[in-house]
Amino acid sequence: MKIAKIIVALVLAWLFAGTAYALTAADRMLLSAGDNDQRIASIAKVVAAGDASAVPFLKSLLDDSVKVAGSKVFIAGADAVTDAATGVRVELPVNAADVVNNNRMRSELVSAIAALELQSPDVAIRMQAAQALRQSDAGDSTLTLVKNAEKTEQNSKVKSVLGEIRAGIELSGPDQATRLNAAQELGGSTSAQMRQLLVIRLQPGGETDPQVKQLITSSLRAMDARLAYYEQAGIVFTGLSLGSVLLLAALGLAITYGLMGVINMAHGEMMMLGAYATYLVENFFRNYLPEWFDAYVLVAIPVAFILTAIIGMILERTVIRHLYGRPLETLLATWGIGLILMQLVRTVFGAQNVQVENPGWMSGGIELAANLVLPYNRLAIIVFSLTVLLLVWTLLNKTRLGLFVRAVTQNRSMAGCVGVNTARIDAWAFGLGSGVAGLAGVALAQIGNVGPDLGKTYIVDSFMVVVLGGVGQLAGTVYAALGLGLVNKFLEGYAGAVLAKIIVLVIIIIFIQKRPQGIFALKGRSVD
Amino acid sequence: MSTQYQPFLLRMLGNSRWTGYAISVIFLCILIPVLNLVVPEGSLLHVSNYTVSIGGKILCYAMVALAMDLIWGYTGILSLGHGLFFALGGYACGMYLMRQVGVDGVYHSNLPDFMVFLDWKTYPWYWTGTEHFLVAMLLVVAVPGILAFVFGWFAFRSRIKGVYFSIITQALTYAFMLFFFRNETGFGGNNGFTDFKRLLGIPIATPEMRMFLFALSGLTLLLMLWMSRCIVDSKFGRVLTAIRDAESRVMFSGYNPLHYKLAIWTLSAMMCGVAGALYVPQVGIINPGEMSTANSIEIAIWVAVGGRGTLIGPLLGAAFVTGMKSWFTATFPEYWLYFLGLLFIVATLYLPDGVMGLAKKLKGKLL
Repeated sequence: MKIAKIIVALVLAWLFAGTAYALTAADRMLLSAGDNDQRIASIAKVVAAGDASAVPFLKSLLDDSVKVAGSKVFIAGADAVTDAATGVRVELPVNAADVVNNNRMRSELVSAIAALELQSPDVAIRMQAAQALRQSDAGDSTLTLVKNAEKTEQNSKVKSVLGEIRAGIELSGPDQATRLNAAQELGGSTSAQMRQLLVIRLQPGGETDPQVKQLITSSLRAMDARLAYYEQAGIVFTGLSLGSVLLLAALGLAITYGLMGVINMAHGEMMMLGAYATYLVENFFRNYLPEWFDAYVLVAIPVAFILTAIIGMILERTVIRHLYGRPLETLLATWGIGLILMQLVRTVFGAQNVQVENPGWMSGGIELAANLVLPYNRLAIIVFSLTVLLLVWTLLNKTRLGLFVRAVTQNRSMAGCVGVNTARIDAWAFGLGSGVAGLAGVALAQIGNVGPDLGKTYIVDSFMVVVLGGVGQLAGTVYAALGLGLVNKFLEGYAGAVLAKIIVLVIIIIFIQKRPQGIFALKGRSVD
Repeated sequence: MSTQYQPFLLRMLGNSRWTGYAISVIFLCILIPVLNLVVPEGSLLHVSNYTVSIGGKILCYAMVALAMDLIWGYTGILSLGHGLFFALGGYACGMYLMRQVGVDGVYHSNLPDFMVFLDWKTYPWYWTGTEHFLVAMLLVVAVPGILAFVFGWFAFRSRIKGVYFSIITQALTYAFMLFFFRNETGFGGNNGFTDFKRLLGIPIATPEMRMFLFALSGLTLLLMLWMSRCIVDSKFGRVLTAIRDAESRVMFSGYNPLHYKLAIWTLSAMMCGVAGALYVPQVGIINPGEMSTANSIEIAIWVAVGGRGTLIGPLLGAAFVTGMKSWFTATFPEYWLYFLGLLFIVATLYLPDGVMGLAKKLKGKLL
């Protein structure tokens, strides 16, 4: 990242070297040579002048590509040396000396560049500059500039960042009323830098006025409360996100195990196949339809569903059909199927994980606060899992196929007697369960690595969801998945990821003691 | 069988079962050691160290298969947690072996290397007493036994059975594996225990020691086989089989299945613990990988291939699958999982009674 930035900066510095004419040769000399205090003073002067054309030169200074020889300043770019005054390619004189910048100089340069970039017409650059300025300790030299920028700024987000920076500088200003005002304003911020500023002002050598001190303390408290609130909100979000992944993984099981009573240990491998199907589709789009790349997920969804559904139906016809009524044998046989599928994928795609790139619209996220960002891919998975849930529910409750599936579940022989082809319904239902596993694979491919072991990492969790939720209907699965996701994430905050997982498993084992049929047991009098 | 009086020895020889035991003892305790230690290496009859090590592994696995058969083949409860009990026994034995390393570790500390690495100054409380051989051997049976008893009591009391029980035991195993993978748990984390030096003060890597452990495993297996035979032939064993076939009817006849299930479940776990304790000094390592869910489910396939509800079948199954695994991973490593997967499918689809059932059927057809 850093290297990339430096390279970009270098290239920019080289490209714009010729246009930096607004700075006079004398200015450049002052910026590049002399003792640090003088140089910083000249930086402040440039910033105060608000001349955006000085940015490339300041960037070159920051990259250490500026050299001085006599009264001439040179910029040593990536592949050529130019005279800073004329922009003409020249040979670097032998006696040229590097301009050395210590950390103080660097931070001054960074904030100077950011301050100047605030005048850019591009909102993204302004936002970036404002955030960079907030990161650095912006000094008094930038105050006027920030104030002006804040006044003219149209974009509300950039404006609020600028407001924070201004308040941050004013917090140590000479005027008590301004300080009070600044302390008040900073109470509304969530930025870690601003919090740090407030903390520093409270320390000895900081604020002396008791009134301001009190206000700072209360602002700090308000800020902490808000930060804690966002943190909790963040945990709830990651919990929901994990829950939605679990829901997708367990939904197929809820059909095959919950409704049909078939325990499918190859379910995880079905998800893995769905993820690999996504990988193939992604590769196809990358190579043959790059202009449609962002839409590959829309194609991957049906491809993964159909592929895994067909494999599921084949398995049902060839193996699982012969084991109905023998759940333990089904467990072992499907485990064997899982092993074969896993090795098959390893043979075809290799044992290494493959990378599936998110489509463009899934990268990035909504920033609600400095410590709360909702990534688009997680949001998309939550929406996706709810959509799949809705579709499966509709299919089971509102269609003829669903009616038949439920009929066969409740009373196989009676359903057969009234003309339902029970064998075919079994195959369809199993295909549906496997297909939903394939859909889960599409989602998993968006948030993590895709490898042959993908399924094994989820199989225990998804079975726990089904066991906890209870057998026979979807509502239990939904509550169990979301509940487990939330509990897991909340415990993670206290106990770490591994212990949280162990605690959750222990809780489930204890819970099953109390309600062996799960949260939502079907009421009935069935006895084996 | 004739009721006529026969001398004890003759009666024993006439009984094919006792003959089998006697031959096995001679084979394990005399023949193999002689062939390994005395017969020179180039000779055709020489048994290599490699064969002995695989043989020792198979003997330990056979004990686990036997334990699994008692709970699954005879009582109808499929446990996916036997790998856990096996590993716990192994860890208990490993703790003693780590203590025996003494100051010969990489850091020459009194503590095992991984504890030095964690910057621990003393042994944690749960290592107390493990420097005594007898305490460690007690832990070998007690830890799996107590865990199985507590877990089983809760599970059987609320009448969890069938696939539910299997899945929950799998979850338990998974949780323990995660727990043992942590470095802070105090069992060596990812790497587990290895680099053992001594057992009872005797260097562990000598051929004599290896042979001794091999013979000991063989004798233990025979003892367990004899014990299992006594159990399944007793009234207790009959009730177990009845629970397998119709639990409700057993209940209605006035038996409480809880006690029977709990007893055989705990015993089975302790047998696994012993197997693990014999396994660790022979292979020289124990790590949380032994607790993986795949290992536990593989135990079930040993029993299924050999034949549930027979005592010899699971031993054959364990030997066959382990032998095939060694052969495959040496010659065609990438085909091993295909073979194992197919074995799972074929055994459940076409060999409901395993190899023993097949042999019986063939015998019936031929005669």
